[in-house]
Amino acid sequence: MARALPLEQITATRPSGRRTRWREYRTGYLFVLPSLAMFVIFLFGPVIWSLLLAFQDASLTRREWNGLDNFRTLIGDRVFRKSLVNTAIYTAVTVPVHMLVALILAGMMKPLAARWQTFFRAAYYLPAVTSVVILATVWRWMFNPRFGAINQLLDLGPVAWLSRPNLALWAVILSAVLTIPAAGVVMYSAAMGSIPEDLYEAASLEGAGAVRQWWDITIPLLKPTSLYLIVMYTIWAFEVFERVYIMTGGGPAYATTTIVQLIFDTGFRDWDYGIASAQAIVLFVLVAMVSAVQFRLFRSEVEY
Amino acid sequence: MQLTRRTPHDVSRTFGKLLVVAILIVTTAVSLFPLFWMLSTAITPGSATIKTPPSLIPLPTGLLEGGTDLPSWIRERAYVPTLENFRELSKQTQGNIWRWLGNSAIVAISITVFHVLFDSMAGYAFARKTFPGRNLIFGLLLSTLMIPVQVTLVPNFLLVSRLGLADSYLGVILPGFADVFGIFLMKQYMQTLPREIEDAARVDGANEWQVFWRIVLPLAKPAVATLAIFMFMRSWNNFLWPLIVLRTGAKYTLPVGVATLQGEFSTNFGLIMAGAAVAAVPMIVFFLLFQRYFLGGIRIGALKG
Repeated sequence: MARALPLEQITATRPSGRRTRWREYRTGYLFVLPSLAMFVIFLFGPVIWSLLLAFQDASLTRREWNGLDNFRTLIGDRVFRKSLVNTAIYTAVTVPVHMLVALILAGMMKPLAARWQTFFRAAYYLPAVTSVVILATVWRWMFNPRFGAINQLLDLGPVAWLSRPNLALWAVILSAVLTIPAAGVVMYSAAMGSIPEDLYEAASLEGAGAVRQWWDITIPLLKPTSLYLIVMYTIWAFEVFERVYIMTGGGPAYATTTIVQLIFDTGFRDWDYGIASAQAIVLFVLVAMVSAVQFRLFRSEVEY
Repeated sequence: MQLTRRTPHDVSRTFGKLLVVAILIVTTAVSLFPLFWMLSTAITPGSATIKTPPSLIPLPTGLLEGGTDLPSWIRERAYVPTLENFRELSKQTQGNIWRWLGNSAIVAISITVFHVLFDSMAGYAFARKTFPGRNLIFGLLLSTLMIPVQVTLVPNFLLVSRLGLADSYLGVILPGFADVFGIFLMKQYMQTLPREIEDAARVDGANEWQVFWRIVLPLAKPAVATLAIFMFMRSWNNFLWPLIVLRTGAKYTLPVGVATLQGEFSTNFGLIMAGAAVAAVPMIVFFLLFQRYFLGGIRIGALKG
């Protein structure tokens, strides 16, 4: 700040003596304390505890160290592998579709009048303010073999979407894909709005058509937004739970069991804390890998 | 206005525009259909829920019974809307559905109020105060963004049980405070506020708490509103943690309660959808009232969807 301040204000902002400095420190600590205490008790502590549990044979009654046994068990566990594959399939399908749909819809909304943009954004976002639990409950009813909306409207006959092992995962994925990625649409819209119009005008003068402009101007300038969204959607997909828990409970025959569904089953149905923690650590590592990529890509743009 | 001849170029542009509008309308319909189907099933009389073709068109009694001249494709799909499912649901759950509504409100409001308070305090300290370890602490808090909440489920459950908070609202509420997003938001916003007003208040003899409470917090109102709405929505919809902590049916929050309905009423979709509607409608109304802040919240990357 280059502007000269009256003397008393300088002394008020810049503590000089040791006592004033300590007063400022103390205020800082006191204001941070409530949040920090919560983090220590309910996050940092539990994360360490979880790491310890992952190397223990721990259940309601037992608790002893067993080294890497839990991870060895996981490697040999067919259901765990199945959950990884299911989560991977879910992620591999939903993330690209969400990205593409968000991009296309935001692009289509761009030339519309502001009030129409607001209308469509709201219409896309409305389902997202409702709990996934509620939406999944509705989807389960829509997938009902005899009277559900899907079979009735598409006149498909009694297809048992959610109880056939080869269909169930795809039904869950379909329900996710048919949910408009509203956050993506809103973020892409905002990013597109900040691209200077004269870039397009210049490109027009040079004879570039709409497709060319889209490919050479819009897509490259949206890169930061795209990277952010792809990371967020990937993490959300890794952590998919409610949709599966409500629609299929992970069945039939583990056909839809995802990592988090399995952590829940292991920890709070079988009460095997050791294995559940090991599974959670694997999820942590997967998410951390995605976040690390994100952090590297965004380091230059995030300001603390 | 200027009269011009229509060139093929104009025609293709008009066609393109129509196509765009058509796609936007279709996607809107796809987006809203589950909510429509939920509300429609919730107000359909029990027997009409499970039939072919499905009941989709609500009509008043007079029209449906008196008017024989209705085309048969309407008649087959029409039903008289009723609140019967809500009454029945209330009776079958012994009023629990309304208790869940109250529980969700208590939990969501408590989390929101204290989260906003703690986050603003911490955000203020990180934005304005210098103290040893400030950047380290902030970096540490920020790094928790990478930790999936599922990692802490088992230890937090053990912790909450040991504290004697299993099956209690406090057990549902407390772990939710370990969340850095609000701190980050408040810090970013408070950094943009002018320091002079705070300094002037200090010169006038206000203590640190008064500066924060009377000067900074009111100035940060837009950020407070965004954060409050975000926190309220997230805690209202939260499922996995309350599902683990709560055991007694009467203490459930709405998502947990509604999730039990499908086990209880298996194919009575009228009742299940009535329960879903009780959970969804308050959030929908809330969204329509405060849309502006929601869209702001998404833009800063706060909201899922």
